[in-house]
Amino acid sequence: MGDDFVLQFEGISKQFPGVKALEDVSFDLRRGEVHMLVGENGAGKSTLIKILAGAHRHDAGRIVINGQPAEIQNPAQALARGVSVIYQEFNLVPFLSVAQNIFLGREPRHPKIPGLIDHARMNAESRALLESLGVDIDPRTMVHYLGVAQQQMVEVVKALSVNAQIVVMDEPTSALTTREIEQLFAAIRRLTARGVGVIYISHRLEEVFQIGDRVTVLRDGKWIASMNVRDATMDVIIQAMVGRTIDRLFHRDFMTDKGQVALAVRNLHRHGVLQDINMTVRCGEIVGLAGLVGAGRTELARVIFGADPYDAGEVTIFGRTLRGSPVECVAIGVGFLPEDRKREGLALILPLRENVVMASLRRLFPSGIIRRAKERGVVSDFVKSLDIATPSINRMTKFLSGGTQQKVVLAKWLCTQSRFLIFDEPTRGIDVGAKAEIHQLMNELVKQGAAILMISSELPEALNMSDRIYVMHKGRITKELSREEATQEAILRHAMGVTI
Amino acid sequence: MSKDWLSRLSRVATIILLLVALSVISPAFLSAQNLTNVLRQASLLFLLAAGLTVVILTAGIDLSIGSVLALSASVAANFIQQGWVWGGSLIGLFIGAACGLLNGLMVALIGLPAFIATYGMLWVAAGFAQVFMKGEIISGFPTSFRLLGAGHLLGIPVPILVMAAVLAAVAFTLRRTSFGRYVYAIGANREAARLSGINIRGNLLLVYSLSGLVSAFAGLVYVSRINAVESTIGEPLLLPALAAVCIGGTSLFGGEGGIEGTLVGALIMTLVTNGMNLLNVSPYWQSFVMGAIVVLAVAIDQLGSEKAGRT
Repeated sequence: MGDDFVLQFEGISKQFPGVKALEDVSFDLRRGEVHMLVGENGAGKSTLIKILAGAHRHDAGRIVINGQPAEIQNPAQALARGVSVIYQEFNLVPFLSVAQNIFLGREPRHPKIPGLIDHARMNAESRALLESLGVDIDPRTMVHYLGVAQQQMVEVVKALSVNAQIVVMDEPTSALTTREIEQLFAAIRRLTARGVGVIYISHRLEEVFQIGDRVTVLRDGKWIASMNVRDATMDVIIQAMVGRTIDRLFHRDFMTDKGQVALAVRNLHRHGVLQDINMTVRCGEIVGLAGLVGAGRTELARVIFGADPYDAGEVTIFGRTLRGSPVECVAIGVGFLPEDRKREGLALILPLRENVVMASLRRLFPSGIIRRAKERGVVSDFVKSLDIATPSINRMTKFLSGGTQQKVVLAKWLCTQSRFLIFDEPTRGIDVGAKAEIHQLMNELVKQGAAILMISSELPEALNMSDRIYVMHKGRITKELSREEATQEAILRHAMGVTI
Repeated sequence: MSKDWLSRLSRVATIILLLVALSVISPAFLSAQNLTNVLRQASLLFLLAAGLTVVILTAGIDLSIGSVLALSASVAANFIQQGWVWGGSLIGLFIGAACGLLNGLMVALIGLPAFIATYGMLWVAAGFAQVFMKGEIISGFPTSFRLLGAGHLLGIPVPILVMAAVLAAVAFTLRRTSFGRYVYAIGANREAARLSGINIRGNLLLVYSLSGLVSAFAGLVYVSRINAVESTIGEPLLLPALAAVCIGGTSLFGGEGGIEGTLVGALIMTLVTNGMNLLNVSPYWQSFVMGAIVVLAVAIDQLGSEKAGRT
């Protein structure tokens, strides 16, 4: 029986200053299975994986690999034991070729001339590996030119090439399209067919049922449950994750009479990006912006917010025609929650407190002098009302979990008292509990008369949260759908440019 | 947080260690005269490094501070020597601010890398200073002007008081004003700051102008103290000022650090120099020691933040 397991965690505990990150966590991974690891942000998934990868040391418990207790003190030892971790942020070198990345640090030597690399052999072996996973990429291509999905495949191939027996994937599909996800799943199945054990971390619960063999739920650093996927249901998993039943994942109170026009866009044009965009958003409604990746949704949001320039047309917000700068937008009550919160939403090396008030200093302290007590009060109120999980308002933002960080960005815009909010993928990469909280908050905001323009690639979210949906395709708005007309099929059809 | 305390503690500990070591090695060190001297030397270094600290906090750099000091001091000295103390001083400050503003325009409006823009200004200002001075030395200033650099107030040398005032003003600005917050925000994540509605250009213009202004002010103090000026006085000042900021723990990547650290950095630099002078260490070896200290200080910081980053 024991031989069946490629990896066993036994009573792993890990304490960080002020936080018990993991408490007596045990679970195991069988050869050739996909073991889903789910849990809310801060449940301890990342910490567990970092212990396995040698980035953290555990305080108690042991790791058993292939029946042998394994001491993993650094990443090199993890690699030597056949552990390969594919992080959300890839570890690829952009200006090297695919083959060079796969063999980075282990380049085959030239048979005759010492000191040179055998490029022919490296490319041939890379090609064979890529083909074995059914991936159609030329190994000589520079990684820089690959899409996210292809880069992911290169990571998988890299894991395969080091003869990994344990592959960990941290939310591998968060940036992939449906077709690309299928390719990735096919590649994963080929990995497991070779006896590789895969630990798969995901916030998309439907993936548990699409690719998982078993599922383990962590909550607050503790092991909650492990089960076979065929015995599990979505409800059981969600309940285990949040420790309570979330009865209404999407709850909206739709209002019949809408308020004033918050946003009016007329014939907006940006060369090569946006063409002839016309749209309105009223107070008291959430307007969805749907479309495939690359349809121009984020680009449109950035132009509206003044972050990018445009060539022709007009953007009017609360009756004011804008010249286009975030300074102006923020001043009249517009907020923008960007898709990439780490790069565009937060100053990660600054404390939570400074991030929350960052966009509101002019409103809170018109004299330009910061009053500490007032600042503390304002920030503490948001920490309480948004249930932001942090030991202190002075915590450096980079140490907060993804969902918590997103709440900090939200708090930043609530703090400005924005009345028109642009949300770009507000719940991407966020756990179920925080997601429901963010949806609830959006509902509250529009009830209080705010207007929201929401970009969402997640169809259930777009369908359930929006009063109306604009669908974009190749830089144009191809359809405006009312709540009644909006279905998954209708959105997809217009998003793909099918006109019938 | 814990890393902050640790590195702060290690800096203060370094100073105490230096004080103890120097007083043991050289009895002359602990004399009131020598200690006052150390503080007075540190004050000049600190003044020049103060503006630079703010620039570096925005993830920028200002390599022109030494040359701007020399240019503004040269022009100002010319007027001051003729008795126009206030007018000359104001002209000097104006020239400094104008050079800084020009730096700011190149960085914030044209988008030149700060390194290139201010490197260009380094040569331009130095060139102007040389053209203006034609290799001459101006010396002998009115007593009223000498008060700034060589005078005493309540028994304390004026430069030390000036240092305390600038420290307080910059610390207050960085911590307790919106402008200070913008400085950190721009340095920590410029794009996030821009998307928060912060006026990046306006604030950067202000930051670089201030750096020029402070450099010019440091120049006035300097000239007043040594009672002479020539066109090349700025050249040897840039690198020690940069070193003081780095030793003080302000990150060259922006958004991290502060003016208190720069004070400590200036003190460490001055103490080490002073100690080496007392011990008759050759100037060649002094450069070597300084370089090693800068690299060590930043390396210790780096290692500390890597450890902290992992938890």
